[in-house]
Parts: sequence; C-alpha cells; structure tokens
Amino acid sequence: MNLFEAKNVYKVFGLTKALTDVSISVKEQSIFGLLGPNGAGKTTLIRIINQITAPDQGQLFLEGRKMHQDDVEYIGYLPEERGLYKKMKVGEQAIYLAQLKGLSRQEAIRNLKKWFERLEMSDWWNKKVEELSKGMQQKVQFVTTVVHQPKLLIFDEPFSGFDPINTNLIKKEILRLRDEGATIIFSTHNMGSVEELCDHIALINKSWKIEDGPTNEIRQKYKSNVFEIKYTGSFETMNKTLGTHFNILEHEEHQNENRIRVQYLNGGTNNEIIQTILPAAEILAFKEIIPSMNDVFIKAVQESNKTKNHE
Amino acid sequence: MMYLLKQFRNQTKPKIMSKTFLILQQEYLKRVKKKSFIILTLLVPLLFAGMFAAIIFLSMYDDKQERVIAVYDESTLFLGEFEQEGYTKFHYIPMEEYSRLKANMKGSNYYALLHIPGNIYNQNTAQIISEKQLPIELTEQISRRLSRFIENDKRKKIIDEAGIPDLEKRLSSTRTTIRLNTLKLSETGETQKSSSEVAFIASYAMGFIIYFFVFMYGSMVMRSVMEEKKNRIVEVIISSVKPIQLMAGKIIGTALVGLTQVAIWIVVGIVVLSVAQGFFSPETTMQMGQSIMENSQQVNPALTQAPANNQQISEIIEVVGNLNIPLILFTFVFYFLAGYLMYSSLLGAVGAAVDNDEDSQQMILPITFPLIVSIMLLFPIARNPEGPIAFWGSVIPFTSPVAMLARIPYGVPAWELILSMVLLVLSTLGAIWVAARIYKIGLLMYGKKVNLKELIKWLRYKS
Repeated sequence: MNLFEAKNVYKVFGLTKALTDVSISVKEQSIFGLLGPNGAGKTTLIRIINQITAPDQGQLFLEGRKMHQDDVEYIGYLPEERGLYKKMKVGEQAIYLAQLKGLSRQEAIRNLKKWFERLEMSDWWNKKVEELSKGMQQKVQFVTTVVHQPKLLIFDEPFSGFDPINTNLIKKEILRLRDEGATIIFSTHNMGSVEELCDHIALINKSWKIEDGPTNEIRQKYKSNVFEIKYTGSFETMNKTLGTHFNILEHEEHQNENRIRVQYLNGGTNNEIIQTILPAAEILAFKEIIPSMNDVFIKAVQESNKTKNHE
Repeated sequence: MMYLLKQFRNQTKPKIMSKTFLILQQEYLKRVKKKSFIILTLLVPLLFAGMFAAIIFLSMYDDKQERVIAVYDESTLFLGEFEQEGYTKFHYIPMEEYSRLKANMKGSNYYALLHIPGNIYNQNTAQIISEKQLPIELTEQISRRLSRFIENDKRKKIIDEAGIPDLEKRLSSTRTTIRLNTLKLSETGETQKSSSEVAFIASYAMGFIIYFFVFMYGSMVMRSVMEEKKNRIVEVIISSVKPIQLMAGKIIGTALVGLTQVAIWIVVGIVVLSVAQGFFSPETTMQMGQSIMENSQQVNPALTQAPANNQQISEIIEVVGNLNIPLILFTFVFYFLAGYLMYSSLLGAVGAAVDNDEDSQQMILPITFPLIVSIMLLFPIARNPEGPIAFWGSVIPFTSPVAMLARIPYGVPAWELILSMVLLVLSTLGAIWVAARIYKIGLLMYGKKVNLKELIKWLRYKS
C-alpha cells in the first residue's frame, strides 16, 4: 500500500520550471530515495509535500486521502538547511518544536527523554544550543524531527555534519524507524548511502522525473555488459582471444593474478563469454559488474540532458 | 500573567491551544525572561523616580554654608541694614580695613567684601570682591536688597514731597499681576479650565511614547524574523505551522511584551506615588508650603503670593483632570496597536526578505521614514493643533499614530478622529496583506539581493 502519493505535480517560479508533471508513490514502511542534481526540483517537491509551498497543479495523497494542511503533524521533516535557536536550551527547544507538531507538553517530554537516553544526549538537556558542537546540534535536530512519531519522515541530506560514527548511528536509527513502521523519503547526493538504505528511488532532472523504480531494478537496468575477470596467464593471449567483440576498459597485471574489465559489445549470455575466454587463461573469477548508484546517477542525468538538448 | 501562562502550558489537552498561541507564548516568554527586558523595565521607573527625587532633593536643599561678608558702606545709607540673611552674616568695617583687605584677603575670615560707594544713589552700582566665584543666589540677594532700599527711599521722598495722606498704602494697592486663565468650550457649551502648558506636555509625551514603542517593538519583530531566517530554523517551523501563524504569533507576542511593560510601569508608578504620598504627609506638605510662602514673601513682601500658589497647584490638578483621560487611554491603546501592527508587519516582512544586516538597513529606512517625520511634526502641531500640518499628519496613516496622539490633548473634532482611525485600520490591513505575501516568499529565499522591484514582483506571485 502506498503511504504517500504525488500525482502530476507542476510548479513554476516566475520563468523557471521547478517541477513538471512529477508523480511519485512511496510504499508504506519503505525508504524512498529522491535523487537528482542540484537545482533539479527535489527541494521544491519536498516543500510541497510539507505544505510549505503549494503546487501549481497536481495532487498529494496521504494514506489514500487527499492531503490537508493539518497532515503536517504526521510528517517529520529534516531540511537540508537546518538550524535551531542558538540561545535556547536544548530541552526547552525540543519541547517547543514537538508541541508545534501537535504533541502535548507531557508527551513531548516523555518521548524526548527516551530519545535523549537512547542517543546518549541526556546531559545536554539544560545546555544552550550554542554550547554544543555542530555534530551534537545535528543530533538534537534529528531527534526533534522524529520525536512526534510521524508516519512519514523526510530527510534531506541527514548525514551532513556527522562524523562516521554518528553517521552510522543515525543510519541504524533510520532503519529502525522504518522497521517500526515509518515511511521515509530520503534525499541525498551520497550515492553510497542510497545503495545501502533505499528500497526505491526516483531521479529528478531539470524538473522532470527521469527514473523511478526499485533500487535493484534500476541498477540492473543500467547494466552495460561490463564484466570483471581475474585470471592467471598472459594479457596478450587474453587480448587476442577477446578479439573485436570486446572493449577492454581497464586491465592490471600482477605476478599471480591479472584483472581485466571488459565490455561485451554484441551482447549475450554470461556462459557464452566464459566459453570464449576459457581457452585463453586459467580463470580465477568472473563477475558481471552492476553499476553503482553513482554510475547510474551520472549516466541517467547525462542521457536525459542529451535528449533534452536535442528536443 | 506568568502564572496563567504556566497553568495554560500544563493543560493536558494541547489541541485546544492553537499553534499560533504556542508561538505567541514562546515569543512572549522568551522576551519577558530576557535580562535586557527586566533591566529596561526596572530601570525606566527608577530613572524617573531618581530624577524626581533629585529635583525634590535639590529644591529642598538649602545653602547651609555660613559666610561672613565684610561691608564697607561709604554712603552710610545702609548702616545696620545688613545684619544676617539665612546663613550669611554681615560685618561692617571701616575704610582702612577695607583697603587693607582689598589688597589681601588671605588670612581674614571674610568670604567677600561688599563696597557700597558714596554715590550709589546716582550711579546704581556697588561692588563685591571675593576670591572665589560667588553663588548667584547670594549676589542676587544682596543686589535685591540694595535696590529695594534705594527704591523705597526714593519713593518715600516723593510721597513726602507730595504730601498726600496714605499715599504709601494706596500706591502699594496698585500693584497687580494678572493671571490668564485659559478656558475651553466643550461641545456641551460648558467651559472647562484648560492649560496650554499641560496640553503641550501631554501632547509631546504621548507622541514620543507611541513613537518609541512602535519603533522599538517593531524592530524587535524584525530582528526576531531575521534571526530565524539566519539560523535556518524557519524551514522547520513553517513545516509545522503556516507562515501567517508564525508571523501573527510573533507580532502579538511582542505586542503583549510591550503592554506588559506599560502595565508594570503603571503599577510601579502607582506604588511609588502612594509611597511618596505617605512620605509627604499633609504636615510636611504644609511645611513645604510655608517655606514657599516665606520665600515668596522675601522676594516681594508687598505681594501676598501664597494663596495664589496654592490656587495654581489646585488649578493644575483641575486642568489635568479636565484632560479627557478615557479618550486619551482609548486612543493611546488604539493607535499603539494599529500603528504597531502596521509597522511591525512591514518590518517583519523586511526581516524575512533580507538575509543580512546591511540589506535590512537599506530597506528599513523607507519604512521608518514616515515615523521619523511624524516626530518632526510634533512641534508644528503644538504651535497650531488645528492647522493643515496637524490635520494631514494625523489623517495620513503612516504618521497618524504619533500625530493624532499629539493632537488629542488639544481636542480633535470627532469626524477627524474617525476618519483617521478608519484610514489607519484600512492601511494596517493592507500592510498586513502585503507583509504576509512578502514574508511567505522571503523566508526561504536566500542569497538574493532584494530591492523594491523584486518585492513588487513577489506581490504578483500566485499564492
């Protein structure tokens, strides 16, 4: 079941198109990656979901119902550009922000205490925000985003400002939130974390959605018949054997083990390729390379820019 | 107030409290708890109290230094005339001693040397020599005595020459002072005692207070908006509440801080006044009155000014009482709230539109310029409260909060007041509409140099 849906959303600022006919569906209890180059329209879409901006056209649905201003209480939003009141005490501020999301004071305190204990931040309660380090402030900000147990969480670059230890901690918390029932929209330029976390992605470029689907399927889709072979034997023989049907992308020669990365130009099954190379050398390993999210991103955006330029 | 808020905070049903109220409460408490607020709120009455105390102290303080003044009376007219005046003693000396002292006063006990020349009758001059600068009170005292003596003597001679019986008394009875009592014709045809001085003071005070409050609390709203934008917390907040709620909460919360401050000052004022009244019990007041009478009799014994003095005091009280206090209070609250709402929403919009202090300075000036102009209108209004400057100033909405308040103590025709109020309310609503649009767009706009043209473009955006 889809927890959130956006249907045919358009938004224009003056002469700039921010979103053109963008639709996304976010399955309940999944992590949805919203990707795209800078200025593609991601932040606009996120702000539309948060009822900060209204779309020119298109509709939003939460749990199948048309979305309403009051639904912001079911959303937790961690914006990319974020901050806290510097002079305010951490606890007091967290309570205030939780109350703005509709919690009562008591509920807010109860939930916050739990979170502060779990993330080992209880000592900060009475400190002013300006006394905390950047990473500590980010942690407070994370807690204030999730404290009201929102059904839908939107994280825009949640790991910026965190050291690797805290990044890992927050990653775990995000996964735990998903497992406990939350649905998450996750926007980032860190493609490693997309591979790690996202069940589903949508890629936006120049206001258009250019890719949408389960993360694995998309990566599969962008496979380009690239293979990595590890072998012992001479590179010359291997090169000859491969012949003109293969494009050698890179190769390394070592004493006991050579590595070669090739692209099969004709296309064919893996077994056909293995048969071709079997006579050439002693094969140690053979694997098809599935492109990283990074490669997918670059390739998809470049292709989309090309076709858009042709238009 | 704080207690009530606490109670409200502890309510178990938060949904009753709208989010605007949460923001309002947050803004209010944040400001009221600030050290600067507490200091300013306490300091201003203390400052006033201190000023009054200083004035009272200084007026009650007598020159208690004992001085001896040597008198060399060449004219011999004044022998025995100078003996003692307050703490000052006079001592007659012969010419030789005078010459000696004149050359060197050191070592003598005399504070000053008074030389009354033989021809004082014609020349009208005397001289006083001292090492130190003489207090002006002392020199005036002596000069007054000398003049009066000569004056009386001359008059006596003329009276004697004229030979008319009782002339002395009859001449004294000619002395008159006319006081001009200003009366104001009210609409019902009654005459009321008024005083242009009291109206003038009230007018200036009201104008300045409104100016001060609108300016101070308006800029407070602006700074608060700028802080939220700079901190980047604003996106988190407006993902929870609508920008208009945020703005309303902020503006109302800050207005309440201003009203709290005024309320505290009024309470402190009442307490201080009643304490002061206890301190200046009727007896002490009588004593003070007597000393005033003595003083005035010294100044001019021929005049009996004391009753007049009492009468003046009671008249001032009457005149202040005749100021239309309910009208003044009502218009004060009305023009403060409307003026504050108009200016603070515009300043709040500026705070949202800019993202650094430099740009804000440029944008503030065109908005606050009319406010500054309105302060400059105070003097022309005082000179002619019915004139065209006063009329237009108090009708045009941007200057009317200050200008109309300055006119109120002089009395304003009802239709002008209503016209001014209606125009102010309409333009305040307009200002809020404009401000809300700019605010909404500006809050999330970073890195863009904002000018008037840009702002007008924002107004045309679809919402």
